[in-house]
Amino acid sequence: MKNTPEAIIQLNNISLSFTLPGRTITALDNISLNVKAGQITGLIGPDGAGKTTLMRLLSGLLKPDSGQATVLGIDVVKNPQEIQSVIGYMPQRFGLYEDLTVQENMDLYADLHNIPVSQRASRYEKLLSMSQMAPFTSRLAGKLSGGMKQKLGLACALVSPPRLLILDEPTVGVDPVSRRELWQIINQMLQEEHISVLMSTAYLDEAERCDDVILMHEGRILDQASPDDFSEKMHNRTFLAHSEALSKRHLQFRLSREPGVLDALIDNDDIHLVMQEPVTDGLPVFKDIDNLTIHPTRPHFEDAFIALLKKNPVAKNTSIATTNSENKDKTALSIEDTSNNVSNDTTESIIKVDKVVRRFGDFYAVKGISFEVKKGEIFGLLGANGAGKSTLFRMLCGLLPVSDGRVEVAGHNLRTASATARAHIGYMAQRFSLYTNLTIKQNLMFFSKAYGLRGKKQQERIQWALDEFELQEYLNTNSNDLPLGYKQRLAFAAALMHEPDILFLDEPTSGVDPLARREFWQRTNALAESGVTVLVTTHFMDEANYCDRLIIMASGTELATGSPEELRSRFKSEQNPQPSMEDTFIALVESKTQQGQPS
Amino acid sequence: MNEHTPAPTQQSFSPQRLKGIVRKESLQIIRDPSSIAIAFVLPVVLLLLFGYGVSLDAKHVPIGFVVDNPDTNTQSFIGMFKHSDYFEPQRFITTHEAKQALKARKIFGIVRLRSDFSDQLLSFGEAPIELIVNGVDANQARITEGYILSIWQLWMSRTAQEQGKPLHIPITIEQRVWFNPALKSRNYLVPGLIAVIMTLIGAMLTAMVVAREWERGTMEAILVTPVRLKEFLLGKLIPYFILGMGGMLLSVAMAYWQFDVPFRGSFVVLFFASALFMLTCLGLGLFISTITRSQFVAGEISILVSFLPAFILSGFIFDINSMPVVIQWLTHLVPARYFVDIIQSIFLAGNVWPIILKNCAYLILMSAVFFILIIKKSHKSLE
Repeated sequence: MKNTPEAIIQLNNISLSFTLPGRTITALDNISLNVKAGQITGLIGPDGAGKTTLMRLLSGLLKPDSGQATVLGIDVVKNPQEIQSVIGYMPQRFGLYEDLTVQENMDLYADLHNIPVSQRASRYEKLLSMSQMAPFTSRLAGKLSGGMKQKLGLACALVSPPRLLILDEPTVGVDPVSRRELWQIINQMLQEEHISVLMSTAYLDEAERCDDVILMHEGRILDQASPDDFSEKMHNRTFLAHSEALSKRHLQFRLSREPGVLDALIDNDDIHLVMQEPVTDGLPVFKDIDNLTIHPTRPHFEDAFIALLKKNPVAKNTSIATTNSENKDKTALSIEDTSNNVSNDTTESIIKVDKVVRRFGDFYAVKGISFEVKKGEIFGLLGANGAGKSTLFRMLCGLLPVSDGRVEVAGHNLRTASATARAHIGYMAQRFSLYTNLTIKQNLMFFSKAYGLRGKKQQERIQWALDEFELQEYLNTNSNDLPLGYKQRLAFAAALMHEPDILFLDEPTSGVDPLARREFWQRTNALAESGVTVLVTTHFMDEANYCDRLIIMASGTELATGSPEELRSRFKSEQNPQPSMEDTFIALVESKTQQGQPS
Repeated sequence: MNEHTPAPTQQSFSPQRLKGIVRKESLQIIRDPSSIAIAFVLPVVLLLLFGYGVSLDAKHVPIGFVVDNPDTNTQSFIGMFKHSDYFEPQRFITTHEAKQALKARKIFGIVRLRSDFSDQLLSFGEAPIELIVNGVDANQARITEGYILSIWQLWMSRTAQEQGKPLHIPITIEQRVWFNPALKSRNYLVPGLIAVIMTLIGAMLTAMVVAREWERGTMEAILVTPVRLKEFLLGKLIPYFILGMGGMLLSVAMAYWQFDVPFRGSFVVLFFASALFMLTCLGLGLFISTITRSQFVAGEISILVSFLPAFILSGFIFDINSMPVVIQWLTHLVPARYFVDIIQSIFLAGNVWPIILKNCAYLILMSAVFFILIIKKSHKSLE
């Protein structure tokens, strides 16, 4: 198989559209592509680009309206069953039976793939040791952490050695440690069993680890190349900027508005700049910004992605933020106006968490966490799946009573006055938690009313939400039919209806594409600048850099608290003079597990 | 790929894959408290409720008596009612009072014995009574009326005998009730209930577990394996078939031992007829699951098209012959109707082959229709 020169996947002029009441969505628009055998091919693109549809088509789950699709030399359209028998497929929502144990799930897949009982023991042993799940074989899949579930899903797809492995966003919502392990499994299978892998991902740093990358957008293929080739196109266009006079967030904001700048992003201590055109004669110059030091840097894969997408005019019906210059200016003004009033030295703590404990039966989800958050800060909660972040989060919002300790939010003790404290809080849940069968307008009406807004004030806030989040054009669309990015905007708007002092965001960017993530952080930064305190959990380590301070948790305890710069500087070494947030996180978690298991 | 014998994954039917699905489904049933509840707890609750709680018999019915001219004859007449299990006589002085009590629902009917009660009896051998019953519950009104009239006749014939006088009744009503001589409603409710319980397990539980696979996303992963659709469907049918038959056996055992319902037919015949009915229900359940992918909708649809009709239109409580003609036609679409006929006959009358065979034929027809529809409608894809 390894030697077959021809492509493992061949698509010719594939088109596929779905008919919804009242409209037709073209999911795949005349796609032709080849995927080579024996390597990892990454499938990337914003939400709604057609990645999942493409993978389902390749798995024989969907039939194209026209065109030819050949996988492993088999015509998918004519012989879907033949394809389904030889590939491994892991859908986005992992197909595990939560009421079966790890072992029983694997047995089921072994049975379905007709694996003789004699061959099973060795295969199980290999998969279990690769995924480090051997100690958990008798645990119910539903009781595994998110990362372990994904590893089990992958193991099930690998029970019968497939020639082609199709993975639909296997690392979404998975913490960095589990992500690293998932990649190790995939790489090991690639080397030892010479399989081919096609995977979609929302993490662009993962795309860099692929051999070949397909960039999709609105049902079309924008480009297919190796990650290096993608980055090569960005030569002379990427720089790192730093200014002692301005905060990172402020500098990022100022730079993003400079002419010629395509994208500006916080990258550890600096701002990562992407220019619209290559700068061949020296460095880009920004006269208005004081004390600016700029030097060239290696392009990230993400830069190429953003550049390609921004070059392709974005149609209105996608999730991508339309760069509305007028609106950009408005946000800018609000930042300039208030930034002077709020100094970073404010000492007033708006959230005080003191030795908080949460017990479920005899299980301690949170074991004595303490920290304080100042007004106007962006405070991050980081941790692997199952570290107790969500539990802590729910206690802070007053959704879950504390077992022991004290939580004070906006001066109110949550034990005695949680309802009063809640009036100061805006909360955006991890999953889309608005009414899917109500329109945007109806959702906003409902939530504003639920927060006690009436009459003119209510009208004002709804109008504000529609303007600020550019929701006007979908006003009467059921929120279930909205693109993911718009759903997220709507949820964000709903959480802000009553102008809360404190905003709780639980993994707000999970599963959201890079463009929508940028837009999201732009809004969050603006809110923080205007004095709103933001608490956020995230799995994206680069996003941790947006936080002023953060706490890293593992199994209910605190590993470290501090600013991103402080935390990263702890792990500076000669081999790694500039550790990233992800390196820091993994080093912290690993040092913790070593302490816990003396060897 | 080019081997002459097809690889195991390419076989169009594999016992191993079927076994895998059956085992997975069984484990899920065992671990899911709601399946166990529907299959075993619910039957027991329903049987106890209908066996002990609901009774369509007229028993201890409060009846008001207004006697214009009390004497030994009226005493003895009312005494008949006192000694009967079916009535609880109450005395009223005036008709007005009795009517008030009837309106207040304290009594169900009024028997008025006029002042000429004894005279008429003596001179004509027939003592007239005036009877008013509350017709709100037509069923009970009819039963009560019948009981009162038969007690009245019984009393008159006894009195005539005692007094050595011939009885002057132009027509004698002689009631003989076959199959259920004690007229215990429990005896036909409990067997009928078994049909309802099996519908619940067969159609509702099955429809919901398939929808659950779609909802949780497990279906998508299962589809992309060598498993064939028939293996998947069969793998779902077998465990639920066993579960449904288990619920049936439990219900029959309770009917026989707990409620002393007579069992006059053959158990083997009942078993095969139940198996046939179970298949029809499973067919209906799987068919519902091909229409919807949401557990909630599947539950709603199956309550509407299987559970409620089994309750109302199967003839288990309400007599089909007294329904409007259009509704009578509609009952022919309810599988439970045929099975209620079968199971009530087997319990109360024995193996009445014409009834059993006719209804089994209907069940075979219905399950065939369901399974053809299922095969036509389901395919291994997401569309």
